[in-house]
Amino acid sequence: MSDETNETAPAGPERVIGTPPPVKSGALLASGGSDGEDYQPSTELDERKAKRTERIVALWFLIAFAASVGFMVYFIGWSGRDGGMHGLERARESNFWLGGLMTLSFLGMGVGVTIWVRKLMTSAPIEQARYDLSTDEETRSSLAQDLKQGALDSGLTKRPLLRRTLLLAAAPLGLAPLFLLRDLGPLPEKRLRHTYWAKAVAKAKAAGKPGVRLVVDSGAEASAPLKAADFNTPGGMITVLPEGIYDLGHEALTQIAKAATILINIEPDKIKPIKGQENWTVNGIIAYSKICTHVGCPAALYEQTTHHILCPCHQSTFDATDGAKVIFGPAARPLPQLPLAVDDEGYLVATGDFPEPIGPSYWERG
Amino acid sequence: MADTSLPKAVSGPLNHIDDRLGSSNFLKRNVKKVFPDHWSFLLGEIALYSFIILLLTGVFLTLWFKPSMLEVHYDGSYGPLQGVMMSEAYASSLHISFDVRGGLLMRQIHHWAALLFVASLMAHMLRVFFTGAYRKPREFNWFIGLGLFTLAMVEGLFGYSLPDDLLSGAGLRITQGVLESIPVVGTYGYMFLFGGEFPGQDIIPRMFTLHILLIPGIILALITAHMMIMWHQKHTQMPGTGGTEQKVTGYPFYPVFMAKSGAYFLFTFAVTALLGAFAQINPIWLYGPYDPAAISSGSQPDFYMGILEGSLRLMPPWEITAFGYTLSLSVLIPALVPLGIVFGGAAVWPALERWVTGDHRNHHVNDRPRNAPTRTAAGMAMISFYGLLWLAGANDIISERFHISLFATTWFFRFAIFIGPVLAFIITKRICLGLQRSDAATMAHGYEAGIITMSPEGKFEEVHRAPSAAEVAKITSKEEARPPLPAVDANGVPAKGSKGPVGHLRTRLNMWWNGDSIPVDGDGHPHEHHEQELVEDESRKELTR
Repeated sequence: MSDETNETAPAGPERVIGTPPPVKSGALLASGGSDGEDYQPSTELDERKAKRTERIVALWFLIAFAASVGFMVYFIGWSGRDGGMHGLERARESNFWLGGLMTLSFLGMGVGVTIWVRKLMTSAPIEQARYDLSTDEETRSSLAQDLKQGALDSGLTKRPLLRRTLLLAAAPLGLAPLFLLRDLGPLPEKRLRHTYWAKAVAKAKAAGKPGVRLVVDSGAEASAPLKAADFNTPGGMITVLPEGIYDLGHEALTQIAKAATILINIEPDKIKPIKGQENWTVNGIIAYSKICTHVGCPAALYEQTTHHILCPCHQSTFDATDGAKVIFGPAARPLPQLPLAVDDEGYLVATGDFPEPIGPSYWERG
Repeated sequence: MADTSLPKAVSGPLNHIDDRLGSSNFLKRNVKKVFPDHWSFLLGEIALYSFIILLLTGVFLTLWFKPSMLEVHYDGSYGPLQGVMMSEAYASSLHISFDVRGGLLMRQIHHWAALLFVASLMAHMLRVFFTGAYRKPREFNWFIGLGLFTLAMVEGLFGYSLPDDLLSGAGLRITQGVLESIPVVGTYGYMFLFGGEFPGQDIIPRMFTLHILLIPGIILALITAHMMIMWHQKHTQMPGTGGTEQKVTGYPFYPVFMAKSGAYFLFTFAVTALLGAFAQINPIWLYGPYDPAAISSGSQPDFYMGILEGSLRLMPPWEITAFGYTLSLSVLIPALVPLGIVFGGAAVWPALERWVTGDHRNHHVNDRPRNAPTRTAAGMAMISFYGLLWLAGANDIISERFHISLFATTWFFRFAIFIGPVLAFIITKRICLGLQRSDAATMAHGYEAGIITMSPEGKFEEVHRAPSAAEVAKITSKEEARPPLPAVDANGVPAKGSKGPVGHLRTRLNMWWNGDSIPVDGDGHPHEHHEQELVEDESRKELTR
C-alpha cells in the first residue's frame, strides 16, 4: 500500500538517521483507508497458515466449552451448598466464580468467531444497487383509482349518514379507558390538606389531653414518647411521629410519608417566631414538617452552627430559626411548622396539625 | 463450477418450507444482502444485544421477584437485615441476591445491561445525527429511535424502582412530587398512579406489569419495525468506502456479517457478565427497605435520569399562586423544558433541515460531521446542554469531592447551561471549518510527510506526498456548498417560500446553514516547487491556518 505514495516521493534518502521516522503512509490521514484492508476477510488463503489459525479458533472454542463446564461444576458443587449462600461472603465468592466463568465462556466463543471471520472466511466484498424506494407514478395513480373505486363500491362517500353514524358509534370506544380506569385510585378531594397529626390530636383532645405525644421514629417496636427534658441540648435534631401511627397496619407507611416531622433544639433567643405562632415552641424545641416542599424528599440534614435544614435530594435549604424560610434551592415555600406544647407529665405533645398542606405544591393548593 | 447440491439434512427442511411458503425466493434475495462496514455502525447493535440480554435476565428475575408491598419480617440469609420489616418486593430482591444461585449475577447483569442499553442508544443516536443518517428517506427510523429512547428512560426508572429499597423509594417520591406539580390534573394523576396517597400498596405491582409486559412489548415491536425498515432501505454508508447514492458496498450478510454480528453479541454478553461478576451495582442490601422519613445523602438516580435531577436542582424557587390555585413552576419547568428541548429538538430537526436547506433528495451516503458544520455545531450545543444539566445532577458529589461550596456549583450551572451550548456551537463550527481547510490543503498540495530535503543550492523543503486513494475519496465526498435558495424566481418575482416574515427567516437560516464552506479542489498531488508557486503555496497555507 506504500507503492502509491512511493511514486510521488522524491528520490533520495527516505529518512535521515537520528530523526524520527517519517509518518507511515496513511497512518495519520487515512486511518480508514487501505490500511484497514488487513482486517477484512481475504479472498485467498494460505492453507498452511489457515490450518494454524483453525487450530487457534478451535482452542478458543474449547476454552469456552471448558468455562461452561466449569460453571456447571461450580454451580452444583460449591455455589449453594446446603441450599443457600448464607450471607454476603458466600454470595460474593459465588458471584465472582459464576460471573467470571460465564464471561470466559461468551468471550471464548466471541474471540473464536472473530478470528474465524477475519482470517478464514473467503467472502469477497460485493456491491448491490440501491433503488429509488418511491413507487412510479403509474402504480400510484392505479392505487388511487382502486381506493376511490372501493370507496364508491362500498357507498362510503355516497351515504354520509352511514359514515357519520359509524363514527359516532365508534367515538365512545375512545373514551372507554377513561371510565374503565376510573378505579385506579380515589379522587384527591382534601386528602393532601391534612396529615395524621390532625386525627391524632383530635383523638387525644377528645380524651381530655392537651395534644398527642411525639414518638421518636425508630420502628414500630422501639418507638417511645419523648419528654421535653430528654431533648434539651441545643443543636440536636431528631425525627418524630404522632403516637399511635404504627398501629395503623398497612396504612402506617403512607401516613408516615406525610406526618414525618423534624424536631430541632435551638437556643430560644435565636428563634424568630412567625406571627401568631409565638407559643408553638417549647424551650427552643421547634418542629417542622420533614417533607420537603419541593418534591417531597425528607429534608433530613441539619447544620447546627448555621441552623440550616437541607434536603439532600435537590438542596433546598431552610432557615430553622426563621420559620424554615427558603434561603436557597428550588423549594418555593417554607416547611410548615407543627404547634408544640408539654403535657402534665412533661412529654412533648402536638396541639394541632400543620397549619397548611405539607410537601410539594399542587394545583388546588392555593 | 462447484457442486451446488446441499446435504439432505439441509435441503430437506428447506424444500419442505419452500413448498408451503415459497421462502426460497425471499431467502435468495436476502442471504447475500450487503452490509456496509464502519465501527460506528456497531453502536446500535450494542443496544439491540443489550436489549436481548435484558429480556433473558429479566425473565429469570421475574421467577422469584414478588411485586408486592405487603410488609413482612425478613428471615433470609443476609444477616444485618434479619427481623427487619420490609415489603415483599424488597425481601424477594434480597432473596434473589443471596438465596438464589446466580441470582445476584443475573440482577447485576440486568442492571448493567440496562445502563448499557440506554448508553448505546444515546451513542447510536449521536452517530446518526452527526453523520446526517436521519435524512430522507430515513426519518421514520429516526422517530422510532426517539420513541425507543423515551421508553427506555421510563422502563429504566420503573425497573430500578421495583426493589423498593431506600434509594429507589426516594426516586418514586420525586416522581410523585413532579406529578403533583402538573396544573389541573396533577393530583388526579398522582392518586391514579399510586392508587391513593404515596406510597400506598399499588405502585410496585403496577410498575411491575408496565416494566415486564407493556413497555418491553412496545420496545420489542418498535425495534422490529426499526430493523425491518433498515433492512428494506439498506444501510447508509460512510463516505469514501466505495458506496455511492446508487450502490452499496460491503460484505454479504451470510456468512460474514452474520458471523461478525454473532461474535458481537457474544462480546456484549461477555462484557455485561464481566461487569455483573466484578463491578457491584445497586447494592440494595446496603440501602435498607424504603422508609418515607429517611434518606441518604448523595442519592443519585441511574445516569439517564441525571438530566432531570440536575434540572430540578438548578431551578430557582418560582411559584405562582393566584385565584386560589398554585402553579409550581420550580418543578414544572425543570421536569418538562430541558427534555422537551432535547427530544422536541431532535424530533423536528429532520423537517427543519429539509425546510431550511430545501434539500428533498434521498441520502444514502453519510456526511462527514465536518462537512455539515452547522448541524455538527448544533449537535454539540445540544450535548453540552444535556451534559451540563447531567453534571448538575451530581453537584453535591462535585461539591464534596472538590471542596467547592454547594451553592457555588448551583450558581455555576445556572449560568453554564445557557453559556455552554453557545460556546460549544461557536467552537465546534470553527473546528469543523478548520478541518475543512485542512482537507482543502491536503487536496491542494498533499500532506506534509515530515521529511525535509536539502537541494544542491542549500534550500530546505518539506516533502509533500499525495494522500491515498481512499483518503482522496473520503475528502472529495464533500458536497460543495449548495447555491442559496433563490430569493426571486426567473421573472424577478419573489420566489415561493421566500415571501413574508417566514420566508425571510427561511432565507436567513439558509444562508446561515450554507454560509461557511471551504471548497475542496486539486488532486492531492504535490506541486513542482517553482519559486513563485512556493510563495503562493505559503500564502495559501497561511490562509488555512
